[in-house]
Amino acid sequence: MTGTMTLRSFLALCLLPLALAVTAFFLLPMAKLIAVGASGKTGIAAYAAILLDARYRGTLINTVLLAAATTAATLVIATVAGLFLQRHRFPGRAVLVALLTFPLAFPGVVVGFMIILLAGRQGLIGEITLRLIGEKEVWAYSIQGLFLGYLYFSIPRVILTIMAAVEKLDPSLEEAARALGAGPLAVLRDVILPALRPAFIASGAIAFATAMGAFGTAFTLATNIDVLPMLIYTEFTLSANVATAAALSVGLGLVAWAILALARSVAGNAVAAAG
Amino acid sequence: MTSAHGVTVRVEACAKTFADGTRALEPVTLDIARGETVVLLGPSGCGKTTMLRIIAGLEQPDAGGRVLFGEADVTRVPIERRNVGMVFQSYALFPNMTVADNIGYGLKIRHVGAAERKARVAELVALTGIEGLEQRRVDQLSGGQRQRVALARAVAVRPSALLLDEPLTALDAALRERLRGELDRLLRTLGITTVYVTHDQAEAMALGDRIVVMRRGAIAQTGTPREIYFAPTSRFVAEFIGAANIVEAECVAGALALPGGRLPLANGAAAGPVVAMIRPESIAVAAPDGASLTGSVDAVSFIGDRQRLTVSGAAPKPILVDAPNSIEVKPGDRVGLAVDPAAVRLLPGGPT
Amino acid sequence: MSPMRDRLIFIAQLAFTLLVAAFLIVPAALSITAGVTVNYFRGVQSGLTLEWVVQVWELYADTILRSFAIALSTLGATLALGVPGAYSLYVRGGRLARTIEEIITLPLAIPGLAIALALLLAYGGFSDFRRSWLFILAGHVIFTLPFMVRSVIAVFAAIDVKTLDEGAASLGASPWRRFRDVIVPNARPGILAGSLMVVTLSLGEFNVTWMLSTPLTKTLPVGLADSYASMRLEVASAYTLVFFVMIIPLLVAMQVFAGWGATARPAR
Repeated sequence: MTGTMTLRSFLALCLLPLALAVTAFFLLPMAKLIAVGASGKTGIAAYAAILLDARYRGTLINTVLLAAATTAATLVIATVAGLFLQRHRFPGRAVLVALLTFPLAFPGVVVGFMIILLAGRQGLIGEITLRLIGEKEVWAYSIQGLFLGYLYFSIPRVILTIMAAVEKLDPSLEEAARALGAGPLAVLRDVILPALRPAFIASGAIAFATAMGAFGTAFTLATNIDVLPMLIYTEFTLSANVATAAALSVGLGLVAWAILALARSVAGNAVAAAG
Repeated sequence: MTSAHGVTVRVEACAKTFADGTRALEPVTLDIARGETVVLLGPSGCGKTTMLRIIAGLEQPDAGGRVLFGEADVTRVPIERRNVGMVFQSYALFPNMTVADNIGYGLKIRHVGAAERKARVAELVALTGIEGLEQRRVDQLSGGQRQRVALARAVAVRPSALLLDEPLTALDAALRERLRGELDRLLRTLGITTVYVTHDQAEAMALGDRIVVMRRGAIAQTGTPREIYFAPTSRFVAEFIGAANIVEAECVAGALALPGGRLPLANGAAAGPVVAMIRPESIAVAAPDGASLTGSVDAVSFIGDRQRLTVSGAAPKPILVDAPNSIEVKPGDRVGLAVDPAAVRLLPGGPT
Repeated sequence: MSPMRDRLIFIAQLAFTLLVAAFLIVPAALSITAGVTVNYFRGVQSGLTLEWVVQVWELYADTILRSFAIALSTLGATLALGVPGAYSLYVRGGRLARTIEEIITLPLAIPGLAIALALLLAYGGFSDFRRSWLFILAGHVIFTLPFMVRSVIAVFAAIDVKTLDEGAASLGASPWRRFRDVIVPNARPGILAGSLMVVTLSLGEFNVTWMLSTPLTKTLPVGLADSYASMRLEVASAYTLVFFVMIIPLLVAMQVFAGWGATARPAR
């Protein structure tokens, strides 16, 4: 049979287009990015600037703190709600679950708009507080608004992960603790939460890395919020500091990747952020 | 003989129907004496685990059922407050704690001081033979070690009753047999009222003071291992425990009329159709000439310590006969069979 | 452990969960209503209208169509690159395959902004490419490829594709015939799940697209950002409503196919 190639060459042929595309549109550009990052006035030292320069360091700390606060708040909220939903059956439960996971695919810009509708200049909360205390509370266009925005898109995702993990809990462990006399709080503290630890790490890492690199939400809310992605954007488009922007991008990418790699080594695979 | 510990347990008219409609348990009543080891034995789905969980407090019996520990009605008392020690089939050891912390967990919940806890844990580690493993984590233990930790943990709190749900089922056969002996010794030493669930009849016979054979949510028979083995009250129990030959035939003039001859029965056997049970080891192989019952050997299975023969022609259906491993017998041989009339047990009625 | 206390705890948890759900849903509901209300501030009493939706179409029809076109092209590209690629990686196995899989998945860990910047620096000079929608397509493909690849690999593992392949080979089929007749048809659930994921991600993609787009190659999310900044609330809401209408059927379809591979979700 002519024209029949071996399995090996067929496999190579299958992989070739993929490899070419990824090389051309990802690996080469990333290499260029790293090179450009080191091509500025300070050369390779630009990479250290993210830690050494006071302004950049301040932005980095802001970003990290915000991401950490988001992750912590999301984990608590998602655990309370997730445990409740997974452990109880009541009419309307399916609707509630659907409502909570509905914003799963909203892009950052839409989330920003949601926050504006809630807490912006013409937002719902502003209207309510105007009637109650005579003053309009507007939070949307600041780091508090960003925090709310990050909560908005982290909660659906983390709730799903937590609920899946709760479903897999071994009931005999809880029964054993109860048999030994443990009340519900002790069972939660000694059995349930420790068993959920891998889920916490996995979803927490995703939430953290996503919050670190999120751009759309911040962009919609205001262009002067002091987080790393906004800084990169302004350096590139407004100040034309290409090298700085590149260096900061690489730094941000490294941090996000490192966090996910760490979490994966601790909690297993299927851990990845999305952009 | 160590003194008895724990409480008497009474299960009174407890039935259980689950939310999806499954009837797991018909109303059963069972009394367990202080310090007694009772084994709930039966095939899967017979309700034995449900009964155990009702005693534990993990399930509530249907209305009208009561569970009493000693004089106290504990039906409404949740498991957290019943002070039972429970060993689960999967052991349910806490993976986030060391062996020592696992064993001491019940004591910690009861606010026992650290020093006293440590002493008690050491006592149990010695009792169950797991010295050196105290600081290990659960995933570093073998199956047999986990089983012992689970037991130590359940016993640490000095429970009123010890409840074991198929604790040896998760182990391989050789380990199971070794641990069975250790478990027996341990239970005798502790002397606590024990309820043990298993589907393995050899385990039940080895460990139980009394065996409760269950079937389809009801108790088929209660008795000591000997009573269950030699005097089963139904065909089901006869066949579930050990091997049994069930022979349906006419009793004529005090003997069974069989295709292969006659089998004399014990005194007082009424005439008419009967269902008889004969254990393979009660049938002796003899020379065919002159024997009152003969048959022909279909198959010979060399077990090691004995040979199990399948003999046809003697009874309406082929019967199993245990013969010594030393005699020479092969398929096709004619053999004579001799049975002590006392070893022939008459069962009530038709098939259960 | 009284039943009364249990009841209170249940109600408290329910209230909390309802509050969280309200936080998520109320603004979305507001946005949907605003998109079809004559005047947002006077509420539904001012009457329902489709004028805002019509205005959105007049202003942004090109973005909507372009997003669809890019999403479908991205799907085509990821199918062509990802399905054979996933097959090759899975059958080959070993360290090299795992490394390649890691590399393919890297774009998920790197912020979209960085990827866009990298593409700009590498290809900004090719002005024709830079100004066409293909530039955006490249970014979308890089970003969505890992989802397709992972989804397909997951289904390969679940259906034991190696044994099927060996069975077909023993009957004399060439590698290509096996791929076409046996591998791909049996991998359909994973391919479908991956496809839904890719289309949904591409429709909503902003971080990478924003930097790569030009005023002439705007996508729907880019248009949305534009409208949030410069249009009145009702128009922005109507535009968001159009986006919801596009995306929700896809989300529902994905829920139905839940459980196949890719667990990461988009949204920034």
